Amino acid sequence: MADVVVGQASVTRSAGVRKRSSLRNAVKHKSTVAFLMTLPLIVLIAVLVLYPALYSLHLATLSKSMTKFVGLGNFQFLFKRETFWLVVEQSCIFAITAVVFKALIGFIVAHFVHNIPAKGQRKWRGMLLVPWVIPPAMSTLAWLWLFDPSYSAFNYTLSFFGIGPIPWTGDAAWARFSVILVNIWIGAPFFMIMYLAALKSVPDQLYEAASIDGANWWQRIWYVTLPMMRNIIAITALFSLIVTFANFDIVRILTAGGPLDQTHIFATWAFKVGIEGSDIPLGASVSLFMFPILAVAAIFILRDINKRGNEA
Amino acid sequence: MTTVTLDKAGPRRKVKQGSISRDRAWALRWSYFFLALFAIFSLTPPLYMLITSLKSSAEISAATNPWWVFHPTLGNYVELLTSSQFLRFFWNSAIVSIVVVAITMLISVPAAFALARMKFWGSTALATGVFLTYLIPDSLLFIPLFKMFATFQEWTGVQLLNRWYVLLLVYPTLTVPFCTWIMIGYFASIPKELDEAAIIDGASWFQTLTRIFIPVALPGLIAATIFAFTVSWAQFLYPLVFTTSTDQQVLPVGIITTLIKGDVFNWGQIMTGALLGAAPPLIIYAFLMDYYIAGLTAGATKG
Repeated sequence: MADVVVGQASVTRSAGVRKRSSLRNAVKHKSTVAFLMTLPLIVLIAVLVLYPALYSLHLATLSKSMTKFVGLGNFQFLFKRETFWLVVEQSCIFAITAVVFKALIGFIVAHFVHNIPAKGQRKWRGMLLVPWVIPPAMSTLAWLWLFDPSYSAFNYTLSFFGIGPIPWTGDAAWARFSVILVNIWIGAPFFMIMYLAALKSVPDQLYEAASIDGANWWQRIWYVTLPMMRNIIAITALFSLIVTFANFDIVRILTAGGPLDQTHIFATWAFKVGIEGSDIPLGASVSLFMFPILAVAAIFILRDINKRGNEA
Repeated sequence: MTTVTLDKAGPRRKVKQGSISRDRAWALRWSYFFLALFAIFSLTPPLYMLITSLKSSAEISAATNPWWVFHPTLGNYVELLTSSQFLRFFWNSAIVSIVVVAITMLISVPAAFALARMKFWGSTALATGVFLTYLIPDSLLFIPLFKMFATFQEWTGVQLLNRWYVLLLVYPTLTVPFCTWIMIGYFASIPKELDEAAIIDGASWFQTLTRIFIPVALPGLIAATIFAFTVSWAQFLYPLVFTTSTDQQVLPVGIITTLIKGDVFNWGQIMTGALLGAAPPLIIYAFLMDYYIAGLTAGATKG
C-alpha cells in the first residue's frame, strides 16, 4: 500500500518535473525572445538617458577645467550668486503662472467647444489646436516679430486705443509677461484637447440628475464636472509643469534671458553658463536643480499609474 | 377648480420653456463669441507669419499697416527656396526626422509587443520605467551628453559633435519612450484570443507581431509615427548645442543662426523660413488630425 503510494508519488513527481522543465524551457525561450526584443530600448535608455543623468551628477562636482574634484563647490558658488536666485524665482513664477493659466484657459475653451453642436466642434477644435502643432521655435519667432521694439504689430494696433508703445521684451516685467504669454499660447491647446476628451466621458445622466436636484450651472461644474475630471486635470497639470519647468525654446528665442538675466530659467541659464560660457560643471549643476521637481512629479504620476493598474 | 389650475399652469410652463431655450440660444451665442476670440488669439501669429512673408523688405521697413500686404510678392519664397543653404537645412531636417522615425519604430514596436504580451521578469517595472524616462527633459541631459560626445571623440576619434548624424543618436531618446508607451496601450487592447489563435496555428512570435499586431494596431502605429516625426522636426535644443556649422544644421536652428545676422533681422525671410518650417507638421495635421489627436490623448505630455 505504502509502496504503491510512494510509487505513485514518484511517478507523478517525475512527470511533474518533466512537464515543468519543458514549461520552463518554453518560458525561458519566450522570455529570451522578449528580452531580445526590448534590448535596443534598454540599451538606448541606459546609455543615452540614465548614464548622462548620473554623469551630470559627477560633472557637477568638478572644477571648471574638469580636472579637479571640488565636491559641492559649484553649488556653494551658485548659492552666493544673485543671478542664481533670480533664475530660481523666475523659473517658479514662469512655470506656475503659465501652468495655471494654461489649465484655466484650456478648461474654459474646452467647455465652449463642448457647448456647441457636435458637427461644428471638429472645425473649431482644428483651429484651436494650431498653436500646439507649429514647432515652438518657429512660432516663437513669429511672436518675436509681433513684439519687435520698433515694428511691433501689437503696438501699432494698441496705438489706436491710445495705449503704448509697450516694451514687450525690453522691460523686465513686460519680458516676463511676454514669455509666459507665449508659453500659454503654445500649451493651452494641449489642456483644451485633454479636457475635451474628459468632458465627453462624463455621463449625461449625472448632469440630468444634478439639474433635477436644482443645481445651477456653477454647481454642476463644481460638484459634477470637476470631481469627474479630477484625475485628468491633475495628471495634465503635472505633465505640463514638468515640460514648462524644463522649457528652453521660448525663452531662448524670445529674450535669450534678457533684459539683465531677468527672464532666465534653469534651462536657458544652464545653456548660457555651460555651453556658451564653456563651464560645463557649473552648467550641469544648474540643470540639476530641475531634478527635485521631476522627482516629486514622478512620484505622483507613478502613484496614479499604479492606481490605474489596480483598477483595471 | 381643476381646470382653472390647469389653465394657469399651461401658459406658465410654456413661458418657462421659452426662457430655457432662449437661455440656450444665448449660451450658444456666447460660446461662439468666445471661441472666435480664442481662435483669433490662436491664429494671429501664424497668420502674421504669412502676411509678413508676402512683404518685401522695403514694405516692412516703411512701417505701413503691419496687418495688411499692399504689394504682395513671392520674393522671399523664391529667395529661400533657391538658396542652397536653406535647402540644406530643409534636407537635413527631413533626413534626420525620417531616419529617427524609422529607428523609433524599429525599437519601440518590438519592445512594446514584448512588454504588452510576453510577460517576463521585470517587464512591468520596465514599462513604468520607460514612461518615467519620458519625463526626463532634454534640458537636463544636453550638458552631460555634450561632454560625453566630446570624450567619445577623444577616445575613439569618431567625431559626433557638429555632425548632423549625432541627432540620429539623441532624438530617439525623446521619441522612443513615449512611442513605446503608446504602442503598449494599443497592443494591450487587442484581444488575447487573437494571438493565442495565431500561436496555436503555429505562428512564431515574430509572425504574430507582423501578421496580427501591426495590422490591427495600425491606427496606433500611425499616431506614434506622427508623434515621432513632429518631435524630431521641432526639436531645437539638441541641434543648437550639438551642431554649429551651417551645413550640419537643421531647420529651426539654421533659420535662427543664419537669417539673424548680428542685430539685423531680415523679417520677411525669417517669417518665410518659419512658415516653411512649420508647414510639414501643419500639413500632416490637416490631413491626419484624428491620428494626431489620438496620439496626443493616449497619455501625451507635451505642452
